[in-house]
Amino acid sequence: MSILEDGYFTLEEVLALPGCPSPEAMRGRRVAVVECGHELPCNPCETACKAGALTVGTPITNVPKIDAACCDGCGICMVDCPGLAIFILDLTRDDGRAELWLPHEFLPLPEMGEAVLLCDRAGSVVGEGQVTKVRQAKRFDRTAVVQVLVPEELAMTARAIALRR
Amino acid sequence: MKQAEIVVVGAGPAGLSAAAAAAQAGAQVLVIDENAEPGGQLFKQIHKFFGASEHRAGQRGVDIGHELLEEVEGLGVDVVLDASVWGIYDGSTVAVASQEYSWRVKADRIVLATGATENGLSFRGWTLPGVMGAGCAQTMMNVHRVLPGQRVVMVGSGNVGLIVAYQLLQAGAEVVAVVDALPRVGGYPVHAAKIARAGVPIYTSYSVKEADGDECVEKVTIWRVDDRWQGVPGSEIELDADTVTLAVGLSPMAELAWVAGCRFLHIPELGGHVPVHSAYMETTVPGIYVAGDVSGVEEASCAMEEGRLAGLWAASAAGRLSVAAAVAAAAPHEASLARLRSGPFGAAARGGKLAMDGRRDEAWGQTLTRGGA
Amino acid sequence: MNERRIEIHPILGLRPERRHVTIHFGDRPLPAYEGEPIAAALLAAGVRVFRKTSKRGEPRQLFCGIGRCTDCVMIVDDLPGVRTCVTPVRDGMRVEEQDGRGRWERERGGGEP
Repeated sequence: MSILEDGYFTLEEVLALPGCPSPEAMRGRRVAVVECGHELPCNPCETACKAGALTVGTPITNVPKIDAACCDGCGICMVDCPGLAIFILDLTRDDGRAELWLPHEFLPLPEMGEAVLLCDRAGSVVGEGQVTKVRQAKRFDRTAVVQVLVPEELAMTARAIALRR
Repeated sequence: MKQAEIVVVGAGPAGLSAAAAAAQAGAQVLVIDENAEPGGQLFKQIHKFFGASEHRAGQRGVDIGHELLEEVEGLGVDVVLDASVWGIYDGSTVAVASQEYSWRVKADRIVLATGATENGLSFRGWTLPGVMGAGCAQTMMNVHRVLPGQRVVMVGSGNVGLIVAYQLLQAGAEVVAVVDALPRVGGYPVHAAKIARAGVPIYTSYSVKEADGDECVEKVTIWRVDDRWQGVPGSEIELDADTVTLAVGLSPMAELAWVAGCRFLHIPELGGHVPVHSAYMETTVPGIYVAGDVSGVEEASCAMEEGRLAGLWAASAAGRLSVAAAVAAAAPHEASLARLRSGPFGAAARGGKLAMDGRRDEAWGQTLTRGGA
Repeated sequence: MNERRIEIHPILGLRPERRHVTIHFGDRPLPAYEGEPIAAALLAAGVRVFRKTSKRGEPRQLFCGIGRCTDCVMIVDDLPGVRTCVTPVRDGMRVEEQDGRGRWERERGGGEP
């Protein structure tokens, strides 16, 4: 089973992507996780990254590669990615939770502080998180950024939220 | 009779781009479109486009559409709407039907940018109200702001199917399933991932067995297909749905090229019968150019680049641009097209255009069965 | 107006405000917005059958939505065969389910030839 049959990556597939920082890098700082693994003619993530952490290069169908040491987790690549395939992960907290930034294009938007359901890549509910911030900016071009605190063990599993209401 | 240096048929992404390129070169351009609004299908593309910055990647199609319209208006292009082109005579006389009257225009050069039409799929119940093209659903929800249904089964997992499924969710519908007879998701996996994490099940190697309902769709049965595309009895899954949207490919809308006497080849990778055309986008009838889906079904980004090329070369042929200047102006668009068609997902278009080049002689050997000279 | 109208959309925002008009579907008055195609107004009102085919009387509604396929033709202000997906509504417009190819007004014994 893989994304080509079911439409979503398994965790193992994600961890093997060149856009996925190593577990050590993830521990060290807030970073982007680029879940893009097929040779698409696309490079806005590379253009968006002012830190030079994301490389597509030539040909344009290269799979994006991250240099996690340069990534400051700013999230601009996330809102510029036409495939909504980039997530920002902050594993540096020490309270057993991680902060996850998700690109979100559905209404209604969650509210700050709201408890939401966490869904995995297959859309199954895997737990509960708490929304810390919902950001919208002209620069994001109508892709909202939902920041949510999730149990640390779900940091690489949860990839979407669903509202309880 | 009216006169125009360049007549562009179709005001979608390809036609508007062709008009802009030709007008920029100094040509007098008349665009004719049968719809009440220009933009073709671009205004229902509300997702961010792929590509590089030269393709306005990251920008939403609807916004690209507005920019393109502004550009065309700024260049003083004449756009006539609500007018259907129904014939082309002697390679240069364009026959048009407006609401109240019929008229003709004599064109030095013609660019056909008529787009494509959605394919149907035959299964029991496919004519029931509630079964429609995915593009139809997209038009209803993104342009007219009406939901085509509440519980939708999407047939086809190419980019159209995946993107429209996502847009149905955004509009507030429930997508019950995406089914595809192929064993693999056909479109960009990132598009599949967006709907999968929103809870939409994707059934590869499945097809629709039947849609049931008294006067409209009330239930949809899907079943697994074997490696010979036959449904497997016993594998049926019944889905509670009121709508089936078909995203099973598009066919070039090439009637005008037929009646103009253009030579055609059947190239499945390009969506069916396509008018044979050169790298200058010129068909086998001198002075008639094609651009966008009519020349082979691809993405809107490709249509816009092809439009630029057709517009440039038509303007050059009309004497508005030296060949050297046209070559220079075309180069970035050719490079951009090559980039859009690169990689495994561009293989069909790439291969299709190559096959067309390779089989040109075959097209000339055929007896024309319809239309002109 | 109702649940089929997409009043607010995450990308497209609020539905643009347009003048309300009324069309008549058979004897049923239906609310519509100026400029929208007849088919959109009917979909919003939950109308599923636009016409019946001439031989088997099978129901049809919309298929292509862009004026190509003629699946959605209806009788509009006594004129049969009108593509409702590309014909805008007008206040007071009369829209009828079309049976087969429909009937012209003159065949029904009235109106101009």
